[in-house]
Amino acid sequence: MGVIDWTSHVARRTSHAKTTILCRSGFSPSRLLMHGKLFDGLKADLQRTEQKRATCDVRRATIQTVLCSLLLALLSFSATAATLPEDRLDIMYHAYKGGGATIDGPSVLVRKKFADKISVRGNYYTDFVSSASIDVIATASAYEEERTEFSGGIDYLHNKTTMSLNVTSSSENDYDAQTVGFSISQDFFGDLTTLALGYSVGSDTVRRRDDDVFEEEVDRQQFSITLTQIITPKLVASLGVESIVDEGFLNNPYRQYRFLDATETRGFSYALEQYPGTRNSDAVALRGLYYLPWHASVKGEYRRFADSWGIEADSVEFGYTHPWKHGLTFEAKLRHYKQDQADFYSDLFAFQGSQNFLARDKELSTFTSNTIGIGVSYELPNKLWGLAEKSTVNLFWDRIAFDYDNFRDVTATGFNPGEEPLYSFDADVIRLFLSVWY
Amino acid sequence: MDKLAKIFISAIIGLGVIATTVNAADQSTDKAPDFTLKSNSGDNMRLAEQRGNVVMLNFWASWCGPCKQEMPLLDELHKRYSRAGFTIIGVNVERDPEDAKRVLRDIPVSFPVLFDTESSVSKAYDVSAMPTTVMIDRDGKIRHLHKGFKPGYENEYRKQIKQLIRE
Amino acid sequence: MTNLKRTAIALATLLTLGGCSSIEPWVKPYERQYLASDIMQFDRDPVASGYLHHVFQSREGARGAEGGSGGGCGCN
Repeated sequence: MGVIDWTSHVARRTSHAKTTILCRSGFSPSRLLMHGKLFDGLKADLQRTEQKRATCDVRRATIQTVLCSLLLALLSFSATAATLPEDRLDIMYHAYKGGGATIDGPSVLVRKKFADKISVRGNYYTDFVSSASIDVIATASAYEEERTEFSGGIDYLHNKTTMSLNVTSSSENDYDAQTVGFSISQDFFGDLTTLALGYSVGSDTVRRRDDDVFEEEVDRQQFSITLTQIITPKLVASLGVESIVDEGFLNNPYRQYRFLDATETRGFSYALEQYPGTRNSDAVALRGLYYLPWHASVKGEYRRFADSWGIEADSVEFGYTHPWKHGLTFEAKLRHYKQDQADFYSDLFAFQGSQNFLARDKELSTFTSNTIGIGVSYELPNKLWGLAEKSTVNLFWDRIAFDYDNFRDVTATGFNPGEEPLYSFDADVIRLFLSVWY
Repeated sequence: MDKLAKIFISAIIGLGVIATTVNAADQSTDKAPDFTLKSNSGDNMRLAEQRGNVVMLNFWASWCGPCKQEMPLLDELHKRYSRAGFTIIGVNVERDPEDAKRVLRDIPVSFPVLFDTESSVSKAYDVSAMPTTVMIDRDGKIRHLHKGFKPGYENEYRKQIKQLIRE
Repeated sequence: MTNLKRTAIALATLLTLGGCSSIEPWVKPYERQYLASDIMQFDRDPVASGYLHHVFQSREGARGAEGGSGGGCGCN
């Protein structure tokens, strides 16, 4: 399992040669380049370490060039003001229904500016989960739970630089997560270009509902760079790269894998999953937004993803926004997503403990998902009796179809193990929200 | 890790520290390029006809918050000094003037607003910020240039108007 | 040469060009009417898009680079 071991191999070697340290550190931007799979199809096998070391040095130089060029570019900008996000209140009801699970709840987001220098943001979000999904009914009983998330942030604007500090805290009865993030965004080149850098660290605690002693930790780091560029008076594009490093207990502690077992009448048994203790992932996305002459816009997006577990994914999305009369705006969207499985995924393992890492999460299998979405926004005519500058009511509906290529429906009876029909399901996502600008 | 952290931190410090001063006013004595544009009253208006008056050209757009913020202040200046040989000419820079007309219904102004739908005047004056305000003296020469708007600029405007009127 | 390296070099070139005054910003402030429009924002409704990202993240292997911040208009 070269790919999995590669991560720990890298971690082990960190203390050796200092020259390549940048290429190996967890949140390094050049880590983006390390998953040869993502960008040049190189397998991360150990024989090529020397070659990698050489390319890492070149890459380090490239990253430094980028940063130095950036600083140089900053020296040349002229003065006009960037802006903070507008004062705004959003109250949303969200619902997800599909595959035996229903998840819904409210989300409220408030933003307020002070002296055009500082903008403060607060978000409250709740999920009520009621799940009898296939993962649950195959090996456990249906459950209900609630997740609550608070997040807050402060943005500080100085000339063309916006600095942001964000904290998020989320809790469930069996999972807690805290994240702190810092980001900086800079407009330059006549405000045609915006560069944003972000870094965050998180720490999670994993527990089990049925086991008071069980408690594990996860540490997360995230690094992102986004470059947004105005290309013509009607076209804006953005290139974003994001790396995430997770270390710790990354399993879902309830999930089990399936293996052939002749002693069982159904021919298979279940055992608790075993994940690697590290996951490094890189995603790069290119987006474009174009203004159409009849006052409408089209959006296109492509994203490529790869991680140290061997998952590779591509997604493509197109959106169309069309303002109509009487304050109505219509939206339509199509999205296609495809991924290849993690190296340690199997629907049915040959025997218990047949390899170091074993998982049967459908999220790690080979599958596609296709989404069609429509939405409408209505701008209220009366501005809430003068209390608001503008307010809208919005309804969005997305239908997602998941089709699994190697995840089988074990609830189907009368089949030999491994010959059950492939699983698929549809989900509906509703977002209904009121937005008020004040 | 250390090295990367250093680079990252220096980049952040770099971003934070490199703060330019606001380019509030440039001195200049170039001749103001002449132009003719359609105004919000429906008539054409030519800059050269204003020779002998102090003219304040204000380039603005409906999507520009600070432009709308300074609009009532400009209107006040226009009302106060128009009898002393001063006028403000608003130049809306948008291709489609409908949005501008909507703004003018919300924020009515007494000075003329011209529609530069072909961007020819914006180009001639090399408008590089929104709003841009150009002070032209009685001889048709550009004397002051203001890029952007922040509260307090109106005092600077008033000082310059008074001085140019006295010349 | 890898794709990413090429991207990085293109980025560096772009930024370097941004740093020398020989290339002027080619979209002028007075040409921003369309870009300033509501419908020309990558992320018009952060609370709604954030939720949808969460929906996909919990059901798909991929994560990151969802977008969601940073507009490019430079308006106001």
